Amino acid sequence: MRESRIRQLIKERRLQEDDWKVVTLVEGQPEMDVCLPVGPLLVPLAVWKSHKSCLIAREYEHGTPLGIWLTPEDNPAEIAKDVDDFTVIAVHFPKATDGRGYSIARLLRERYGYDGELRAFGDIGRDQIFFLNRVGFDSFLIGEGQSAEDAILAFDDFPETYQAGADLPIPLFRRRVA
Amino acid sequence: MYRYDTIDHAIVTARVAQFRDQTRRFLAGELTEDAFRPLRLQNGLYTQRHGPMLRIAVPYGLLSAAQFRTLANISRRYDRGVGHFTTRHNLQLNWVQLAQVPDILADLAKAELHAIQTSGNCIRNVTTDHFAGIAPDEIADPRPWAELLRQWSSFHPEFAYLPRKFKVAVSGSAEDRAAIQVHDLGLQLVKNAAGELGFRVYAGGGLGRTPLLAKELRDFLPWQHLLTYSEALVRVYNRHGRRDNAYKSRIKILLKALGSAEFSRQVEAEWAHLRDGPSTLTQAEVDRVSEQFQAPDYENLADEDLCHIAFQREDQAFARWVERNVHAHRIPGYRAVTLSLKKPGAAPGDASAAQMEAVAELAQRFSFGEVRVSHEQNLILADVAQRDLYTVWQRAKAAGLASPTVGLLADLIACPGGDFCALANAKSLPIAAAIQERFADLDYLHDIGPLELNISGCMNSCGHHHLGAIGILGVDKCGEEWYQITLGGAQGNTAAIGRVMGPAVPAADVPDVVERLIKTYLANRHADENFGDALRRIGLKPFRNSVYSSKLPERKISNA
Repeated sequence: MRESRIRQLIKERRLQEDDWKVVTLVEGQPEMDVCLPVGPLLVPLAVWKSHKSCLIAREYEHGTPLGIWLTPEDNPAEIAKDVDDFTVIAVHFPKATDGRGYSIARLLRERYGYDGELRAFGDIGRDQIFFLNRVGFDSFLIGEGQSAEDAILAFDDFPETYQAGADLPIPLFRRRVA
Repeated sequence: MYRYDTIDHAIVTARVAQFRDQTRRFLAGELTEDAFRPLRLQNGLYTQRHGPMLRIAVPYGLLSAAQFRTLANISRRYDRGVGHFTTRHNLQLNWVQLAQVPDILADLAKAELHAIQTSGNCIRNVTTDHFAGIAPDEIADPRPWAELLRQWSSFHPEFAYLPRKFKVAVSGSAEDRAAIQVHDLGLQLVKNAAGELGFRVYAGGGLGRTPLLAKELRDFLPWQHLLTYSEALVRVYNRHGRRDNAYKSRIKILLKALGSAEFSRQVEAEWAHLRDGPSTLTQAEVDRVSEQFQAPDYENLADEDLCHIAFQREDQAFARWVERNVHAHRIPGYRAVTLSLKKPGAAPGDASAAQMEAVAELAQRFSFGEVRVSHEQNLILADVAQRDLYTVWQRAKAAGLASPTVGLLADLIACPGGDFCALANAKSLPIAAAIQERFADLDYLHDIGPLELNISGCMNSCGHHHLGAIGILGVDKCGEEWYQITLGGAQGNTAAIGRVMGPAVPAADVPDVVERLIKTYLANRHADENFGDALRRIGLKPFRNSVYSSKLPERKISNA
């Protein structure tokens, strides 16, 4: 929770307010014991599975939007049927070099049809944003030490791309003018 | 060869600007070493013993004469006028300055060259057969497919941070000259019963600490599905490959853990979602790329040139070179020529700037302006008219590129080793030199016949020692350099991983050990039987006995 406050949220190519809190389980803590603070929450997959009805009730009764965050180990297929419930799905990058979140993002966008906010957080920044954006992330929580202005430039690192991605489903070879 | 259009240029130029900014931020202290490492690696930049090493890609081993001159110029301007050709179609510069690397990449980009993804945990430079397009046994030219894969894998947004490196090789011939069975993804072009083109797909091959040959996943993948299937396969690896231990993170370990049937099932399940999607290749795109690999304007020539035959009869040294360094060509009157980078005394795979220029000149005058790099660390002129061979030989000889030993013991493959590489346990180059010196007699070398000898300075196996009929691996024994010998490795269609002969031997003994192994082979071989065949027939024991049963002569450590 504290972590998110000292970080900066980039969304739609500008710095934005972030009112989402990340709920984390302490190691060994059973997911049933978690306490859910007020306001929009990003909950771990285990908490989503165990508190689904309670979380959905919060949305109905208080209008609190639903959010979830996934680790690289999580299988996005487990929320395939639920994606329309979420306002934000976040994917955590414990290390910049752990690339599993990139595949998770493409699956959420391209296979499970998620079209809400897809957020990358953790060890990411200016040098990852171009690829993250290509696989379907549209919001980015970067560390306070980083220049948000500089990070926003990353969206334009490359003028063209060869492959299809979540951002552009048609590969270059189908767009190239002969 | 493939020429960039404005889009290719724009993408590669953008990459240079991106890396220039990353380097600037690193040098200004805005990026930590940890944050910079994966970024520089994906631009081919290692930290080395003497400073950074830059690994430049030679996509599928093909260069124009002009590009080759660019490489010569770069090696002069930013390095010490020498480059090292590796076993995977790369050129390594060992003495570059970090602050100058963005300028080097900019110079490369102007010549349609790059160092993109030559290192790091991503899809690496795609390699292929150095006789692509000219081999008499070719089913289809692998180069257009390698280029299509290059484009697909370059800056692939999903696969920039894989568990470990991922190497792809494509072969288009009956005989595999691209070592596809020791690649993470190996593709063999084949035709099905209906005459349609496709790929036999292998995965999970690799050397290193756990050498494994690839498993066949599909006997036929129609060409249209090359990219979607590859994407499914790499996605399964990206999601499920181990990330807890770098030595167990290659796809081969995942494949071994799951079994190839289960791995294949997962890939097929993933592919079912991607199949026939927008990334399915079109005939128009394959045609666009293939057009750029069209054969040059060959002359109509008789297959045997009379002058050439006369030279061959009269000049024994020339005849010997022709026997070893000249190869068959599908067009009558043409031959392929290997320019050897194995001159005794020089590091295997090394070429000086002057040699690179000489090669560019030869290519321009005698081989339609193209040069190729082989995974045996030699250079190839692929389209030389037979009548020009004598001139080419004389000029190659003058440039120190005509060692008539291709495929023989002296044509050994070696990594740069501990003289340059920060990872190596041992110095491969002095060992290579000592072996070449021991086997300097050409008659003896030719009598021994074809034999692959590979040297790696450490378990990372850059010298492919597992694939050598004789493999030599540097190991560290209490701070001393020792060498473990493996026997019976092979590349190509009969690829095999060599078996450890016995206890490691000290550096100074390696040439004696190799000599004893060779004598054992010569004493036991049947007519036309190569080292591997003899080994298979008589077993390891006679070889082992020859090395360990009597004391080796006392020698000083030659590479201390």
